[in-house]
Amino acid sequence: MNELQLLTWIPLVPLLATIGIVATGKSPNIREAVSITAGLILFWMVASLASIVSWDNTATLVLAEPLPGLSLAFNLEPLGLLFALVASFLWPVTTLYAIGYMRAHHEINQTRFYAAFSVSIAAVMGIALSANMLTLFIFYEILTLSTYPLVTHAGNDKARRAGRVYLGLLMGTSVGLLLLAMIWTWHLTGTLTFTNGGVFDHTISPVILSVLLILYVFGTGKAALMPFHRWLPAAMVAPTPVSALLHAVAVVKAGVFTILKVSVYIFGVDTIAELAVSDMLVMIAALTIVLASAIALYKDNFKARLAYSTVSQLSYITMGAMLGIAAGAIGSGLHIAMHAFGKITLFFCAGAVLVTAHKSNISELNGIGRRMPWTMGAFAIGAVSMIGAPPFAGFISKWYLLSGAFQTEQWIAIGAIVISTLLNAAYFMPIIYAAFFKEEDPQHSHGEHGEAPLPILLALLVTASATWLIFFFPGVPLALVEQMVNG
Amino acid sequence: MNVTEHLPILVVIIPLMTAPLCVLLGQPRLVWFAALVSSWLSFAAAILLVMQVTAEGPISYWLGGWEPPWGIEYRIDILAAYVLLIVSAMASLVLVFARKSVPREIDEHRIAYFYTAFMLAFAGLVGIVATGDAFNVFVFLEISSLATYALISMGKDRRALNASFTYLIMGTIGATFILIGIGSLYMMTGTLNMLDLAARLPEVSDTRTVRAGFAFLTVGIGLKLALFPLHLWLPNAYAYAPSMVTAFLAATATKVAVYLLLRTILVIFGIDFSLGLMPLDNLLLMLGLIGVLSASLVAVYQRDIKRLFAYSSVAQIGYMVLGIGVANTTGITAAILHLFNHALMKGALFIALGAVAYRIGSTRLEDFAGLGRKMPWTMAGIVAGGLSLIGIPPTAGFISKWYLVLSTLEQDLWPVALLVLLGSMLAVIYVWKLVEAAYFGKPDEYRHYQEAPISMLAPLWILVIANFYFGIHTGLTVGLATQATSALTGGGG
Repeated sequence: MNELQLLTWIPLVPLLATIGIVATGKSPNIREAVSITAGLILFWMVASLASIVSWDNTATLVLAEPLPGLSLAFNLEPLGLLFALVASFLWPVTTLYAIGYMRAHHEINQTRFYAAFSVSIAAVMGIALSANMLTLFIFYEILTLSTYPLVTHAGNDKARRAGRVYLGLLMGTSVGLLLLAMIWTWHLTGTLTFTNGGVFDHTISPVILSVLLILYVFGTGKAALMPFHRWLPAAMVAPTPVSALLHAVAVVKAGVFTILKVSVYIFGVDTIAELAVSDMLVMIAALTIVLASAIALYKDNFKARLAYSTVSQLSYITMGAMLGIAAGAIGSGLHIAMHAFGKITLFFCAGAVLVTAHKSNISELNGIGRRMPWTMGAFAIGAVSMIGAPPFAGFISKWYLLSGAFQTEQWIAIGAIVISTLLNAAYFMPIIYAAFFKEEDPQHSHGEHGEAPLPILLALLVTASATWLIFFFPGVPLALVEQMVNG
Repeated sequence: MNVTEHLPILVVIIPLMTAPLCVLLGQPRLVWFAALVSSWLSFAAAILLVMQVTAEGPISYWLGGWEPPWGIEYRIDILAAYVLLIVSAMASLVLVFARKSVPREIDEHRIAYFYTAFMLAFAGLVGIVATGDAFNVFVFLEISSLATYALISMGKDRRALNASFTYLIMGTIGATFILIGIGSLYMMTGTLNMLDLAARLPEVSDTRTVRAGFAFLTVGIGLKLALFPLHLWLPNAYAYAPSMVTAFLAATATKVAVYLLLRTILVIFGIDFSLGLMPLDNLLLMLGLIGVLSASLVAVYQRDIKRLFAYSSVAQIGYMVLGIGVANTTGITAAILHLFNHALMKGALFIALGAVAYRIGSTRLEDFAGLGRKMPWTMAGIVAGGLSLIGIPPTAGFISKWYLVLSTLEQDLWPVALLVLLGSMLAVIYVWKLVEAAYFGKPDEYRHYQEAPISMLAPLWILVIANFYFGIHTGLTVGLATQATSALTGGGG
């Protein structure tokens, strides 16, 4: 298949999978086989796209032209390809995990779950391949809507309230701020196409550009910059596979991906550097990093702690994009991939503990490492990667982020990274310590259980090894993000 | 004699002649069928008119061969053809829906009269659009209004009588104002033909009579339009009218009033007089904005979903008026676009509500509990219509919002842009209230639920698909709206 055909089929495969999933809903085995097969096909397609692409001459696929001069179009771009690679690799892995999790947890409405999941993946592919801001916005909204039934999966009052926060914040910020920023950009420049070096010229006053940047950054609610972060902890009521792939990788990464795309291709790294307001946004991101880490420290609920850790890690990416320097953008782009592997592993472990030991609080996990050594071992790998220590993925992106911060002499950014690294260690290390070295607490009786079900175990071992291997072979992601900044 | 020459009158005369035919036929099924056939014929005529006008420019049709300004002229320009298309398309779809809905809500012996009134209302609306004569507008306005009062009063709930009476009083005041306005224009110019008026008014526009006439006309149309704060009749009228009537009125009646407003201020008086000399632009902008925000806010607190969407209609009218008030090309394009797109979404929503009323006999919020499972297609239609109402891409509503916000930014009115988007957020709240009730609520165990019949789902889903189609392929809507705007603002048309 050539590039254009692949661009057509990549968002279509998960959509077709949805139809297949709904059609085979009566027999769970076939339904899940459809899911996994679609995931493998999708990853194979994205990978072959990556192998045939030549950056000098990328193709654009125009689907429709909803507004004169403004089309619905796909186009291949390095950062988008990286995002698509990560999401499409993790989708089949998560499906494997979900098979174990959903069955062990006796979840209801599993067909709806898998169907909404694959629609969400289709939306993510659409976001990754968008050639302009309008296309991205459309898929951004589809992603919000398709994940809503996943967040509210349990259907109880708690889920309903969480869904309200989720939808209200994500849709409110996007319709209220992001859309305004887009239309304003269109009004000023007459284009929304992602362009190397940005679309604004020097005739536009820095004041307007500053307002626009603020609108873009806060309008992208999925990036969970404070004070619009509350939807992410709320979304944790969803089944764990959703929290793992969507609320640690796909949805949140779609948010920071949007911010990075906007800063590189709508504003341009140099324009960001000239705007005084970007320093303020670096500060807000730094504040989010530190505050969210501090909140995570006090959360006893396993998934809540991970959620706040995600909020904090996402702001690394926003901060990197706002530094206005190539190294910052490279660090951000890398962190999209690096954080993904580490965080999904952590969520997989949290879910494994939930379905196997029926524990959802960290204080109940004493000694669990002896019953579930593989799970907690994978957890340790993920946690160390989060902290940013070698030899794991998180180290590479943190390195670039720090070097970007040093080059721009953003001491606040450096301070935030250092403090948050300490806080990361402070909230992850005790879990590992308690799991392996503390005695089991008789108050939280464990009953008889051993390791998690096999599909769960397989999935989390795949992601944990990826977290480790990518430290030694960072070639592909690094090449892609460098391609992005060099244009 | 060639039929295509007479299309401008055929589109009006077909429904008008069907009205007495309905009384004569008497038998409910036959009457329905006659109404259906005539509305589809009218629709076909409207399609032909759009094609003819886009190809050859405005059509001037002299009634009885009398040359204007002595005779009555029917004038179909691009905007008129476009609104005719909307009105006749909605009538055709609503009548399909009516097959099952009307016998449930109207006594059998009244059905023939019901369709008679409906065809009169339809013919009146089409007539207002087609005619190029100011007094003729008043005549058709009365035909459609009187028929509408009767239609609303036939609602099952006894409060329909009250609603109809309120509308009667306010509508009559509005019509009287319009008549006074037309009268004063006639007094100053001696003509009733719109183009003739447009040519003669500039000479006398500095007189108090013309200005007073302008004010009377605007307020009168504002009443028919349900422009804030003249909207008080609308929520009750929509809430208590029979389902089919609500769907039809919501999708067409206010649209025709917007058309009339555009025609009056842009064609008859001219943009320089209306939006320049008179301070109507700021007035419309403010009233539109207050309408959007206050009606959306009130909608959030409604427990009856028909009333909720009625208030939302008031808000949506605010968007159109606001677009006119912005007073640049993009703003007027946005208003005309929203005319079409709002008909699509509200048509879909009220048909879906009618289907719910047909199956469970109520449209109260608490009765929606569990409908997400019990009536999946109907509820999915409501969600899709709601998304279009909010303005989520790729729906038609998004395109309207895009143009509206763009127009305010072009005039550097960014606070207005923010408030318009705030209106969208309020729409998220009131739409999602319904979604939560339908998908999270527990259905009543003692109630029998069933999906709506196909004759209701078909028009509903045609409109839902249209909502998405016109959100992606905007060649027709944006093309027509842009052409219409340039014709309107270029003077004459």
